[in-house]
Amino acid sequence: MMDRFGHLGWNALIGVPLVAGLLVIIGIGIIWMPYDPIAIDLAHPLGSPGLYHWFGTDEFGRDVLSRSMLGARISVLLALATVAVAITLGAVLGLLAGYLRGWTDRLLMMITDAVLAFPGILLALALIAVLGSSDGSIVLALSTAYTPSVVRVVRATVLSIREREFIEASRTAGDSPFETISRHILPNVLPPVVVLATSLFGWAMLSESALSFLGVGVPPPAPTWGNMLSESRPYMDVASWLSIVPGLCIAGTLLGVNLLGDALRDWLDPRRQT
Amino acid sequence: MIAAVATPLLRFAGVRIEAVGRARAGSPPLLDDLSFDVAPGEFVAVVGESGSGKTLAARSILNLLPEGVRRVAGRIELEGRDLTQLSGPDIRKVRGAQIGMVFQEPMVSLNPAMTIGRQLAEGLQLHRQWSSEEIRRQSVTMLERVRITNPLRCLSAYPHEFSGGMRQRIMLAAVLLLKPKLLIADEPTTALDTLSQREVLELLVELAHDDGAAVLLITHDLGLVARYTERAIVLEKGRLMEAGSTRQILTDPRNPYTQRLVASLPRCDAAGTAAPASAPIVVEVRNACIEYPGRPGLWGAGTPTQVVHGVDLDVRSGEIVAIVGASGSGKTTLGRAILDLKPLAAGSIRFDGIDLAQMTAAQRKQFRRAAQLVFQDPYSSLNPRMRVRDIVAATLRHAHLDAADRAARVEAVLAQVGLASFGDRFPHQMSGGQRQRVAIARAVVSRPRLVVADEPVSALDMTIQQQVLALFRKLQAQYGFACLFITHDLAVVRQIAARVVVMSGGVVVEEGPVPSVFSDPRHKYTRELLAATPALEAAALMG
Repeated sequence: MMDRFGHLGWNALIGVPLVAGLLVIIGIGIIWMPYDPIAIDLAHPLGSPGLYHWFGTDEFGRDVLSRSMLGARISVLLALATVAVAITLGAVLGLLAGYLRGWTDRLLMMITDAVLAFPGILLALALIAVLGSSDGSIVLALSTAYTPSVVRVVRATVLSIREREFIEASRTAGDSPFETISRHILPNVLPPVVVLATSLFGWAMLSESALSFLGVGVPPPAPTWGNMLSESRPYMDVASWLSIVPGLCIAGTLLGVNLLGDALRDWLDPRRQT
Repeated sequence: MIAAVATPLLRFAGVRIEAVGRARAGSPPLLDDLSFDVAPGEFVAVVGESGSGKTLAARSILNLLPEGVRRVAGRIELEGRDLTQLSGPDIRKVRGAQIGMVFQEPMVSLNPAMTIGRQLAEGLQLHRQWSSEEIRRQSVTMLERVRITNPLRCLSAYPHEFSGGMRQRIMLAAVLLLKPKLLIADEPTTALDTLSQREVLELLVELAHDDGAAVLLITHDLGLVARYTERAIVLEKGRLMEAGSTRQILTDPRNPYTQRLVASLPRCDAAGTAAPASAPIVVEVRNACIEYPGRPGLWGAGTPTQVVHGVDLDVRSGEIVAIVGASGSGKTTLGRAILDLKPLAAGSIRFDGIDLAQMTAAQRKQFRRAAQLVFQDPYSSLNPRMRVRDIVAATLRHAHLDAADRAARVEAVLAQVGLASFGDRFPHQMSGGQRQRVAIARAVVSRPRLVVADEPVSALDMTIQQQVLALFRKLQAQYGFACLFITHDLAVVRQIAARVVVMSGGVVVEEGPVPSVFSDPRHKYTRELLAATPALEAAALMG
């Protein structure tokens, strides 16, 4: 057992506490926050970190700690939803394309390549312009932009797995195509998908900041780490904490999620369990 | 004893190779105190099974050991110069120019993105100051020597345009162009079928002889050793078991391991039993034609290629029928068609009298349990994410058994194949032979009427091959299933089958009981195949 833990090593050792810490902060934020995160206090704008406001206040005198706590909830939920939609859709389409081949494959790949040819952020911008700016449309726009890369990865993995002989063995055992896919192909597609999902999580978070920066993200006054970061830009030299706090939050979360993803992939690999 | 007097070309003195890293501390060395000499122009075999360290020994000569493995003691001398003391640039001058290496896998040892001409020129540009005109001339001459028809056209062709045997000959040309003094051939023909195998090896011997190069043939196949080498070195688990003349080792082995190895060589006895003519026919193939779809163009499919043309075949209950043929003869495709994994373009296949193409859903379900498949590659045929127990049980998923019966049956079969305590393991925790046992257990657990075995032992070492074949015979006798045994190895046929069907170019060229086909082959192709099969008897006569 010790050995197995040792195998997972640094990935889990750093990733798990980071993600756990994030969840705790989100949890506390649901029950209690030091201040109302959207209450404006024009008497104390750009207050530096101190006893009353640990992480200072922003240009409207709002408490940065409270905003970061609420922002964590919104940012993480948005990123999670985006990844969930992109992975589910991408996995289904990728499995279909890779397993069925032929016309299904060609058609799906044509669409995928067409979407991939657009810069993701541009596509998301265009979609939001049509759908209007809301949480739902952000998730939809970003997941549309990310799905093609998931389709590509899943399809490539399926193509290599389906040629392996245990797939044929499953057919000679009388399994239906659905059983073959769910019992033999899906588990082998999982590791690359887990890794992809964690890196997409990071991209989703960053893109959400970019969208906020361009003014089509989560509309104010609701805080996300992304729009906090973009709003802090004019005050970088006088109130650096406004950029540093959400910046560190994003960096820490991404690091934690990516390490956790690597640890998860290793943990899923039977070769590790010797 | 020229070797004793003259300076040896190659000398291993007390070479010890170990795996490094904390996980490996205390484990036995991979190669322990290995010493031997190779005289100039001599043909020496290094024999051993997987894990014997034979490949490591070969790679250590050129300092090409894989990561995590290090030579910790000993000297390796080429004409008296210690290769282990050479710096990076110096050893690179030796590689290719003085010592050439031919690898096992012709499919991957040539760069698919480069023309043959460029790959041949590569070494010459590195080690010789020749003009491109001269290089071209030499390349063409060399390609002629390895009997490539139309060498000029070959220069501008890419590797994928050639078969495995031809690629290996091109590889040989690339290596011999530099006129090395020593040629290391690491299992050069393991990936080839019997006929190409013979072609490549005879060429290798002939050319090395012409150039006066010594050959170090790394192999697990004693048949090849007998046929092509003068001296042999036998390794087991990194230790030198026996060294001596090939003849002595094969006819009078002194070391117990060598004796076991020689004993595992296929001989002319112990053929499978013939089925009585009254036994019911399980599989009835009539005029079967099978096609592969052509490369699809922009609009619709291309012209299909027919790989099996009008084959008739009967397999009776309790009978083992071998299908022999070179790669591309259609034997594997036919086996797949009999299991309804590949549709027929024409003709019919009946299983217990029912046409495969017209089965009802219920009949198909029953057929799936009654007809099973054992694959060639035990590394690819087991799902790496499932435990052995679940892999075997998967065959029973659609059988009407309750959980306890199913588990009991799985355990019983695992015990029968000698893997009673292996149920919880994953495939990667087992050797190739053990994995193949799992594959066999998976096939027989449903008590099938028919087992199609596609080259089930060709990926295994000699002694393991014998064990797996013995197991197969035992299970076949016990369960009495009909068996279609697909193989390219005539020695295996002799041991297991009562009847043999020889395929070439998608048609059956000869068919009959094993003894009569082997003693009196009527078709030209069968005779070639028999002549190309290295056997100990032939070697003993030759020596």
